[in-house]
Amino acid sequence: MKITSLEDLRKIKASATDQTSARSEGKTRIIIGLGTCGIAAGARAVMEAVLEELSKRGLKDVSVEGTGCIGMCQQEPLLDVIRPGEPRITYGLVTVQDVPRIVSEHLVNGRIVEDRLIGRAD
Amino acid sequence: MPTYRSHVLVCGGTGCVAGGSQIVQARMKEELVKKGLDKEVLVVQTGCHGMCELGPIVVVYPEGTFYTRVQPDDVKLIVEEHLYKGRVVEKLLYKPSEKMESVKHYNELPFYAKQHRIALRNCGYINPDNIEEYIARDGYQALAKVLKEMTPDDVINEMKTSGLRGRGGGGFPTGMKWEFCKKSVSDKKYTICNADEGDPGAFMDRSILEGDPHSVLEGMAIGAFAMGADEGYIYCRAEYPLAIKRLKTAIAQAEEYGLLGRNIMGTNFSFEIHIKEGAGAFVCGEETALMASIEGERGMPRPRPPFPANKGLWAKPSNINNVETWANVSPIIINGGAWYASMGTEKSKGTKVFALTGKVKNTGLVEVPMGITIREIIFDLGGGIINDKAFKAAQIGGPSGGCLTEAHLDTPVDYESLTAAGAIMGSGGLVIMDEETCMVDVAKFFLEFTQRESCGKCVPCREGTKQMLLTLERITRGEGTMEDLDKLEELAVMVKESSLCGLGQTAPNPVLTTLRYFRHEYEAHIREKTCPAKACAALIQYIVNPDLCRKCGLCAKNCPVTCISGDRQTPYVIDQSKCIKCGTCLEVCPFKAIRKE
Repeated sequence: MKITSLEDLRKIKASATDQTSARSEGKTRIIIGLGTCGIAAGARAVMEAVLEELSKRGLKDVSVEGTGCIGMCQQEPLLDVIRPGEPRITYGLVTVQDVPRIVSEHLVNGRIVEDRLIGRAD
Repeated sequence: MPTYRSHVLVCGGTGCVAGGSQIVQARMKEELVKKGLDKEVLVVQTGCHGMCELGPIVVVYPEGTFYTRVQPDDVKLIVEEHLYKGRVVEKLLYKPSEKMESVKHYNELPFYAKQHRIALRNCGYINPDNIEEYIARDGYQALAKVLKEMTPDDVINEMKTSGLRGRGGGGFPTGMKWEFCKKSVSDKKYTICNADEGDPGAFMDRSILEGDPHSVLEGMAIGAFAMGADEGYIYCRAEYPLAIKRLKTAIAQAEEYGLLGRNIMGTNFSFEIHIKEGAGAFVCGEETALMASIEGERGMPRPRPPFPANKGLWAKPSNINNVETWANVSPIIINGGAWYASMGTEKSKGTKVFALTGKVKNTGLVEVPMGITIREIIFDLGGGIINDKAFKAAQIGGPSGGCLTEAHLDTPVDYESLTAAGAIMGSGGLVIMDEETCMVDVAKFFLEFTQRESCGKCVPCREGTKQMLLTLERITRGEGTMEDLDKLEELAVMVKESSLCGLGQTAPNPVLTTLRYFRHEYEAHIREKTCPAKACAALIQYIVNPDLCRKCGLCAKNCPVTCISGDRQTPYVIDQSKCIKCGTCLEVCPFKAIRKE
């Protein structure tokens, strides 16, 4: 497509920025426990649900990371949310059904989902 | 469009490709499919990260984990451990030294801490074959700004304010050069990119072209708008096939998006770019020779004036800038000339890219603010000398430059200070030498290069460099006289002052600086017939110490000219008349019984 105006360039920049957003820093992070314990408890399904929910809602400025076992295997799948400038919130025993709730409540509206909360770290 | 949670950046610069990064990349894609991760993890090929010593390099985002020396067999581990299970693969992280902790993140590497990347802003971060990734990083915003909001004079004023000087080595203020060309009245003008990088050990321009070709295209288009040109050439040596391939892709994409070609972004401005592949002659980096070569003539320089700004390519006003200079244009337009001028020293603004090579731990590409000291570049960024040997000299500016000694380590890197020390900024080659390097041999090496590359048009360069080389060869064979030294110096000054172009005018620099700072080494070769660094083959001997020799026979087995004799009962002996001084015996002896003297 030919760029004939600043508006055209701006549009391409916006969509291209989304494509490369995984490489930018300083945004909300979701960290999922993907140790053997996490995977056995269904963390992969949770991860896929998170990605699906994010793309459904068009949320681009969120990074989704995996991490190894942190020792709380009985609480797996673990899912942490870190919003910029806020403490790290850890959810335990997260199911695929919980994911849309965590995304809409916590990520979008900043309200912690209390019934899955197991810890916060500053 | 799927959202990828993770991007795996595999370096596709020439260094890493030589190290097998293409296989790593292919294997990565296979493994991701096997694990069902190909919908959530994207593999991206980037340009050079600069840390070529540690290649092939793989960076995993969003974490920014920096994996080094990744071999095809390591790929499975990265996929299974990091991407599937979220565990960082410790063994592939960079460890600056045994005692230090390994470095996880890109930004934590000491190599990057002191860098300030402007020309290299996108290298290693974007896929050079995808114009949209360049646009995402503010690409073509500067061109849009220029076309929609600025006049050609505004652009030139901004370039003048920035204080940017030609990065190819000359150091002429870019804004002024553009102004000269703009003021020339003509129906046709050209902008040219000099990508004929030919210094031994230099790869700044190649890495920019391979890693971020659009930055050069955009800079050229902005320059063309400012000067009133509608056609441009990139003169790139054919030895850079990857750079040429990526440039071709980039030009085709820019044309498809209407960012090059007719009526750019819907305006009246039209500009097209051609690539001219050079055959790799060093002299074609000289601007008048370069233009002759584009015209299809033999690549030879001509006297100036007339300068290219008045009478250049096909006798039309032309402007030639180096790759790195062009790559700096867009950030200056976006952020303003004052922003660029806030970096660097009084007379040398901004940053400079150096290719760090030789006996330094971290071989690679660095972009540093002007005014940084040579010591910081070698010891902080470069990590010091290999095997912690003593630093002896740094050759800055390639075969046209000069060497700097330990006494110059705290010299700030700027055009004036380096010239005062007898060296030049040059295009950015920085070759580090340790105590085992013979300075006479180094001078000979560089002169061999310039002598071979001399086009032969003017007598001082053609004959002068040849005689200088013959003299140096005599000295390194131990056949020189003290008189040779005076003649060498006299000839060097003569060649410097009377050659036609930059090649001849700078060719004697390595000789003059080594004579100035390492005269004692020349004298040792002449008076004592010894090479203090034990590097000149004619002046050294390999000798077996019979007390240490365990008569294993490995040296004799490996000697390419079978000049070592001995057996289980008698220690081995080297026949000096047949020895070619290759040093193989010393390397293979397990008992360190062979010495060089």
